[in-house]
Amino acid sequence: MVEINFDHFKNNAKERAALPSPFLPFEHLDTLWLQVTGTVCNLACLHCFISCGPKNDSHPVMSKTQIFDALEEADTHGVKEVYFTGGEPFMHDDIKEIILRTLEIAPLNILTNGILIDDEMATWLGRTFRKSKYSLDIRVSMDGITAEENDAIRGRKTYGKIICGILRLWEAGINPVITVTTCHDELGEAEGRVRFIEMLKSRGISKPRLKFLSPFKIGREEHRGGGYEVHEILKEGDLMEDESFDLQCSSCRMVTAKGAFPCPILIEVEEARMGDGLSDSLDGILLDHPACYTCHVEGVTCRT
Amino acid sequence: MSNLKTHCIFGGIYNNYISLEALLEKASKEGADTFFCLGDIGGFGPHPDRVFPFIKDKEDVFVMQGNYDHSIGNRLDDCACGYVDPKDQAFAQISYDYTLQNTSDVNKDWLRDLPTNYRFNWGGKNILMAHGSPRRTNEFLWESTCSDTFISYLLTKNECDILFVTHTGIPWIRRLDDGRMLVNVGVIGRPPNDGSFDVDYILVHEDEKGLSVEAKRLSYDYERLAKEMEDENLPDEFVETVRTGWWTTCLEVLPSKERDIGPF
Repeated sequence: MVEINFDHFKNNAKERAALPSPFLPFEHLDTLWLQVTGTVCNLACLHCFISCGPKNDSHPVMSKTQIFDALEEADTHGVKEVYFTGGEPFMHDDIKEIILRTLEIAPLNILTNGILIDDEMATWLGRTFRKSKYSLDIRVSMDGITAEENDAIRGRKTYGKIICGILRLWEAGINPVITVTTCHDELGEAEGRVRFIEMLKSRGISKPRLKFLSPFKIGREEHRGGGYEVHEILKEGDLMEDESFDLQCSSCRMVTAKGAFPCPILIEVEEARMGDGLSDSLDGILLDHPACYTCHVEGVTCRT
Repeated sequence: MSNLKTHCIFGGIYNNYISLEALLEKASKEGADTFFCLGDIGGFGPHPDRVFPFIKDKEDVFVMQGNYDHSIGNRLDDCACGYVDPKDQAFAQISYDYTLQNTSDVNKDWLRDLPTNYRFNWGGKNILMAHGSPRRTNEFLWESTCSDTFISYLLTKNECDILFVTHTGIPWIRRLDDGRMLVNVGVIGRPPNDGSFDVDYILVHEDEKGLSVEAKRLSYDYERLAKEMEDENLPDEFVETVRTGWWTTCLEVLPSKERDIGPF
């Protein structure tokens, strides 16, 4: 396991301030992220690092043409897998068509809150999953074992709706990955993990799949849990041997209706924008944003 | 048409010297002239040192270093298997600690010095063998999560027509439209999570027409393995896998399609 000396960051903050940011070379486009519904979402979760919500269209919904163009470009670059996120991807009017087009090219992961997955959609997804040559993974976000825990983060009465979406997927033959952001600290611990698994099993999901993510202290989360401290920033020499492969931004790019970005986390950071399209973004980057600190110290990867 | 040469390619022995012995005998009868092990000699099974007499100092056996071998050879703290789930990591650590403790120093040194890939030209085709992938020893190349365009990229970038890998434990073959191939040879250390007791290997036949790749299965005395694992107090979950053909651990790393096949 990697050992990180957290005190080093804090105790040497003054000396470190003058150091340059680490440069991360771009290895290959393994992963194309598409912000298919921009920042438009049916929920307004308190921990959302890009402040998505029903009224936030700072990144508009992507048109089919924009999505297909990005997919075709990624195909020419040897993309390994594609991720849809938002906002809520199932708010996209053409979601079925873009899912099918994507699966002709590469495996697909969809990040969703699951609320809009009704019986018809679940059945269609199950059929598509079984017919597809490539993997179709659905990641459903849920932030508590109880309604009280979850709804405190994701909004009133969302717990039951999310559970319904998960069960519809399961019954349709898709075993979703339940993605938990560890806003409640105990959920990130082994005991919390066991409780989560037991809850899902009690609902009939016999093979629970879970992914835990640390919160990023930007966007709406900055107001909920607090922002980054001054010393929480990476500097040259901080990256460990072989860490570049684990940092997804060495092998992914995000395309939104507003252009290309290094990763899904930084799309609201104007300075992070790398250009109009995917081809403009296939270069190395400086890890100069505090959010990069979270990926480093927590070993966060957005991969499923 | 006669074979000019037949090569046997396999991976992931996982201390299973019983299946290894059975493989060498069976593949020899099938005409194999040379044997290539793509790494991960240890882990999972019992009695690590019993593997080495079958593969060390043999003129016709070529062994490559996997992540497990690198870790054991360099006396590292963990296997660097690439698991991200804590439960997977915990089970992997049990195997690793047992293997590290029960591998002799001389065998550890041998593992430390193994090559990390092999390149050949067989029948006019450029062959590359790697453990996980050519770019990362512990990269998982699963059938359902590798696009054709990505495989094409890997083959082009590494200047090969056929790439052989292991590491995932589940065999698969993808032939691109242009004839180039990626072959995951599977492992011989444990069954491929399909409910059978058999394990997997590959035969490559060189003949006048070129190369052909044949996926093969091997039956072996799995009950003997299971009993020896019990005698060594290895986890019941590991033994169950040998006796049922279904993985009970390290499942979180499986993509949805591969996970969907098994009961756990």
